Amino acid sequence: MKLSDEEQAMRGGEFGPLRQWAVEHQIKVGTYLGAADFVPVTQAHIMADTESLGRAGVEWLEHWTALPPAQRRVRIPTITDPRGTDFAHAQKLKQQSWMLELERRAIAAFEALGVLMTDTCINYQTIMPPVRGEHVAYGDTGVVIYCNSVCGARSNFEGGPSALSAGLTGRTPRYGYHLDAQRHATFVIELSSTPRELSDWGALGGLVGRLAGDYSQVPALVGIDRVPGPDELKHFGAALASFGSVALFHIAGVTPEAVQLADVIAEGSALTTHAIGEADLRAFQARYASDVGAVDLVVFSAPQLSLMEMRTLAGLLDGRNAEIPLLAITSPQVKPDCDRLGLTAQIEAAGGTVLSGMCFYQSYAREMAEANGWHRLATNSAKLVNIIGGYGYRPVLLSMAQCVEAACAGGKLIARTRS
Amino acid sequence: MSGEIFYAAAGMGRKVRARALVASDGFSARYDLDRVRGVFSRPEHKLAGQSYQDRVLVLDAAKGGVATAWMLHEMKARGVMPAALVLNRVNPIMVQGAALADFTMLSGFDCDITKAIADGVEVEVEPGGERPFIRTV
Repeated sequence: MKLSDEEQAMRGGEFGPLRQWAVEHQIKVGTYLGAADFVPVTQAHIMADTESLGRAGVEWLEHWTALPPAQRRVRIPTITDPRGTDFAHAQKLKQQSWMLELERRAIAAFEALGVLMTDTCINYQTIMPPVRGEHVAYGDTGVVIYCNSVCGARSNFEGGPSALSAGLTGRTPRYGYHLDAQRHATFVIELSSTPRELSDWGALGGLVGRLAGDYSQVPALVGIDRVPGPDELKHFGAALASFGSVALFHIAGVTPEAVQLADVIAEGSALTTHAIGEADLRAFQARYASDVGAVDLVVFSAPQLSLMEMRTLAGLLDGRNAEIPLLAITSPQVKPDCDRLGLTAQIEAAGGTVLSGMCFYQSYAREMAEANGWHRLATNSAKLVNIIGGYGYRPVLLSMAQCVEAACAGGKLIARTRS
Repeated sequence: MSGEIFYAAAGMGRKVRARALVASDGFSARYDLDRVRGVFSRPEHKLAGQSYQDRVLVLDAAKGGVATAWMLHEMKARGVMPAALVLNRVNPIMVQGAALADFTMLSGFDCDITKAIADGVEVEVEPGGERPFIRTV
């Protein structure tokens, strides 16, 4: 990779050993992935729950905190993805004290590095959405795909070590979705039915993700009969990234780089078109635990819920009683508004629990299952359905309203498919 | 089959020799593994229930979220990890994770590497040099 004078100086250790490690890490990654040079970035977002970090990762972070502040602090705004707990409810979730201690140590280490502990995977709805053409280094895959596609920003999937490196160096290797040539569509999806429920948007993301298959693929969607809302695109993107490792999509007439489909098709390329309709969405949904007659808990998470999702949930639960655990997980930015507007009280009066700053699958999901006897889980998040099976759960994908019905019927699944 | 060699577009880490564990399926440390027991745990994965400890994983594509970037480092610290990862198609997270953990990885072949390497055979992975490769021994 071609290095500037400043990058050479970082590599030579003139800015201290942490920035030296960071730029060396980035050069190793950039070289593997064919980057010619670095691109300056304006924001970084770090995924670093302690289930992923482990003790080794926390100790690795801590050993840098002994450096002087000038050598250890990030140089661009750097924020965090959800943590592995909500300390206020950890006991209720039966999380163990060693998990909380590890979380506290990780938080202290990140704070010493100058990282803002925002603990959210919906920063594009709550913190500082990037603008079209802005180069950033974002960590959660759902964050990356939303910001690339809906905002028109430019980021690759930056795992924790690389996002931290970008925060420390203010740049990232220029490959993948920082390049114009990588942002063209590689296949087309023709929809004959526009999804309605958030779970349907997630199912669509899952279907397209399976067709895509890898990180280099960029789907372009046509046939949508209305402009989707931010929460709909959030669920679509999160599932697409989860099932397909996809980081960018276009929707003709909706997303900023695709005013028309032709805008995102490279000259002379002939793309394959796949058709997806209502029956495909229902079949996708039916794949998950079709023989499950009842669930042990209901989880709304992955991504964290927006204020509007929290309002919808509170409305569905109004005057009802959840007879099994119902967890609604939002961000630390949305939670105070939920408290102030009475939504938290409404959800909790119906037996639900509102959690903040965590994400269900990033919070020792296997250990929580064992401690609480949880096995069968209902959610409206296709992303969560995709992930949580590996943690020993049997997930069921339902609409938000169907999830609430199940919770209020003691977990019994009454209507699995919409008529 | 012994002595067949397959060159990769890119490689990282150290030379290793171990038995291959092969499937035409993806890889994500968070989605697919029980990292405490050292087995594939996602029920739908073609290697579900099998141990990955000290095996050269030969799989199709990197999948899932960003957690693998930390998890390879964590797995290595506990000593419960594969010997190497060999993929047809990689994503940045695998590269970032391998870079942090100093983990051996190859990706990008002229053929489908999951069809070219038989499950259970002894292989050597050489990620360094001008032309990184995997070969049966």
